[in-house]
Amino acid sequence: MKQLFTVVFLCATLSISPGCSKNKQTNVEYGNENGILFLANGTEPQGLDPHLTTGVPESNIVESLMEGLTSLHHDSVEPRPAAAENWTVSKDGKRYIFNLRKDGKWSNGDPLTASDFVYSWKRALSPRLGNHYAYMLYHLENAEAYHKQEIQDFTQVGVKALNDFQLEVKLNNPTFFFLQLLSHHSFYPVHPATIEANGGMDNLLSKWTLPASYVGNGPFVLKTWEVNKEISVAKNAQYWDAANVQLNGIHFFPIEGEAAEERAFRGGQVHSTYTMPIEKIATYKEKHADLLKIYPIYGTYFYLFNTTKPPFNDKNVRKAIALAIDRDRIVSRVTKSEEIPSHSLAPPNPDGYIPEQLFEYNLEKAQQYLADAGYPNGEGFPSFEILFNTHDGHRKIAIAVQQMLKQNLNIDVTLLNQEWKVFITTTNNLEYDVARMGWIGDVADATNFFELMITGVGNNRTGWSNEEYDQLMQQVTRTNDRTEREAIFAKLNALLADEMPIAPFYTYTQKIAIQPNVKNWHSNVLIRPDYKSVFLEHVE
Amino acid sequence: MLRYTLIRLLAAIPVLFFVVLITFTLVHTAPGGPFDDERKASPEVLEGLNRHYNLDAPIQKQFVDYVANLIQGDFGPSFKYPNRSVSELISTGMSTTLELGIYALLFAMCLGALTGIAAGLKPNSLQDYMPMSIAMIGICLPSFVMGPLLVLLFGIYLEWLPVAGWGLSPGDKLLPSITLGAAYAAYIARLTRNGMLDVMSQDYIRTAKAKGLPQYRVVIFHALRGALAPVISFAGPAAAGLLSGSFVVETIYQIPGLGRFYLQAAFNRDYTMILGTTIFFAVLIIFFNILADILLAWVNPKLRQSLRGNSR
Repeated sequence: MKQLFTVVFLCATLSISPGCSKNKQTNVEYGNENGILFLANGTEPQGLDPHLTTGVPESNIVESLMEGLTSLHHDSVEPRPAAAENWTVSKDGKRYIFNLRKDGKWSNGDPLTASDFVYSWKRALSPRLGNHYAYMLYHLENAEAYHKQEIQDFTQVGVKALNDFQLEVKLNNPTFFFLQLLSHHSFYPVHPATIEANGGMDNLLSKWTLPASYVGNGPFVLKTWEVNKEISVAKNAQYWDAANVQLNGIHFFPIEGEAAEERAFRGGQVHSTYTMPIEKIATYKEKHADLLKIYPIYGTYFYLFNTTKPPFNDKNVRKAIALAIDRDRIVSRVTKSEEIPSHSLAPPNPDGYIPEQLFEYNLEKAQQYLADAGYPNGEGFPSFEILFNTHDGHRKIAIAVQQMLKQNLNIDVTLLNQEWKVFITTTNNLEYDVARMGWIGDVADATNFFELMITGVGNNRTGWSNEEYDQLMQQVTRTNDRTEREAIFAKLNALLADEMPIAPFYTYTQKIAIQPNVKNWHSNVLIRPDYKSVFLEHVE
Repeated sequence: MLRYTLIRLLAAIPVLFFVVLITFTLVHTAPGGPFDDERKASPEVLEGLNRHYNLDAPIQKQFVDYVANLIQGDFGPSFKYPNRSVSELISTGMSTTLELGIYALLFAMCLGALTGIAAGLKPNSLQDYMPMSIAMIGICLPSFVMGPLLVLLFGIYLEWLPVAGWGLSPGDKLLPSITLGAAYAAYIARLTRNGMLDVMSQDYIRTAKAKGLPQYRVVIFHALRGALAPVISFAGPAAAGLLSGSFVVETIYQIPGLGRFYLQAAFNRDYTMILGTTIFFAVLIIFFNILADILLAWVNPKLRQSLRGNSR
């Protein structure tokens, strides 16, 4: 019997421990020795095609592989030269000429030329490709008409190669943030020959982004891509600034679940997490403050009111609710990640623009608004539902709001959570009372937020419409003058505070755990990683 | 026996057809589509995408087209990962899930059968109560509790084993296999124990003992075959369950298996991927059930007799 035991047990152990050995070097230890950064990166990326991806995990990888005409300064997010060495702007701010670097190259050694950009932007606007971000290019002359197939001739679109290294761009309006926009992946170049060899420019199912064929112009090149396991990139020797790239490579792990990635971090599998579980933040602050990084990002958490439905079609009701929510308490007691209480849709901008605070948590006023709406002390106010997509954090906030509204306004609220896709459909169809929403800017400009409330646009999920607001939004596109723009922003902000179609809660923060020997890791409000300058300090 | 197998295999075809039909209907009626997201896609973009994926055709035509492609072995492109085909994703995930499933099953079988035998040999003693109590805990402890506990103990405090990954660092396959196999090991232990108790009181065992055979010979050559019959009938569904139910373990340990794809596909409304994985799992489950029935007939002479009788 004993023999049997031993034999079978040995079999079992051997079979499930292939390669089990004494070698116990962790990823982090290996990475520190070899200049390789290991990062947790949320989910498996949908793809690595700059004209097709929309999410942060995708962008985190694409940023290492490609580069636009400009890139953003890692802290201030100001645009700086990248694939373009310099540029000139016409007086009216509508015509740019970009001078490309003569030493700009693709990872296969081909020169990066102006006509590559023309080809790439044509592809990004190709009606058949299905690029979610095509609208980002609508700032170019006739780009919208081309994308909507109102014109067929791409030469009418405002982008032209003057010669191999000069690119002319014509815009509809002087676009204040255009140089910043160029650093967004929807404006990145793609290698024409590679695209053509993989089914042409509008082939959505193209396999050009797989390691065997990927050609990029960024500081790193794609090495391996194992689905749901690991993506690795290595330093690109052809990159124009390769001398200043310090890492030899980066490995991205699609680790889903905050708890799992935090465990991976503690176990030395990754240098940095993608995010952090809220419940761990207090412990980290107390015991490992050197490992925790929290910084604000250009995004707002807010509640939507369905303004097409009573009682929320009455702005007094919306204001009563918005003023009865204590944002300070929500960020200090519920979310606990140093979020900044917010009273405007647009977050504070790193360029110095800070939206004026036009209302505050005020019980008396809130109760007055509710009385004005015909519900003194909440009497007769119909019970309503707060809708959120299934997530523990959203639930906690909704519970806090539920209690505040009961306590402060004597209003009964029920909570309803829906799975993400169902939630999106429900809010799109305006089949809710009050719903949670969030928005993170693609560029650091307030218009990126204000445009959410234009009448009838897809992302306006409140049914709210205001003629003056829409006109102001038209007006703001026509000027490049900072003071004039901020004056318009103030009016837009005032309209939103007076009508309150949404109730802002707070400015989001990004929270990560990161090994202290990862140097030059810059955290900016647009979550655009700058891997070029990152290096790993030697650890004994 | 062969005829029985053939009949079982043929009967699987209509089952599969209904699996496809029901899944197809369900995914298309579920609210939210594959391209719905925070940033609402413009009508032009949506139109392009729908055309690409044949979603602009009437639903009946979509179904017919899908089945026609399926018969040719084409599961179509994934909606979420446009540069990968569903077959490609399934084959990548499958090998990992299979590997994990096999290790877990091996672990469960070895540990379960051994403790079951040990407990069954000395019923109502410490040798019985101890493992059976642990087995009860094993059954009750879900893998999403067991997994993180094992990680904390062996990965973080003791630093013996990696906390996540699959084939990335030495020994990282050990914890996932144990986590996944533990509950099954516990079941198998209880089944084996009961099987042993049953068999050990049979006349032929007494005869074997009376012949003067040593105990290990009695157990291995006489008792085990009978005692393991309930385990085998459990092993079929268990194998299917191990493969299709491994997504919790795959998520805890970041294993690139099929279970994770399945889960993500449902959340992403990745129609072709949901259908592909469902069909794949349906085939697996049917196959393992048939296999278990055949094995059972092979170890159980009574059943084999009755099958022979039926097919005549």
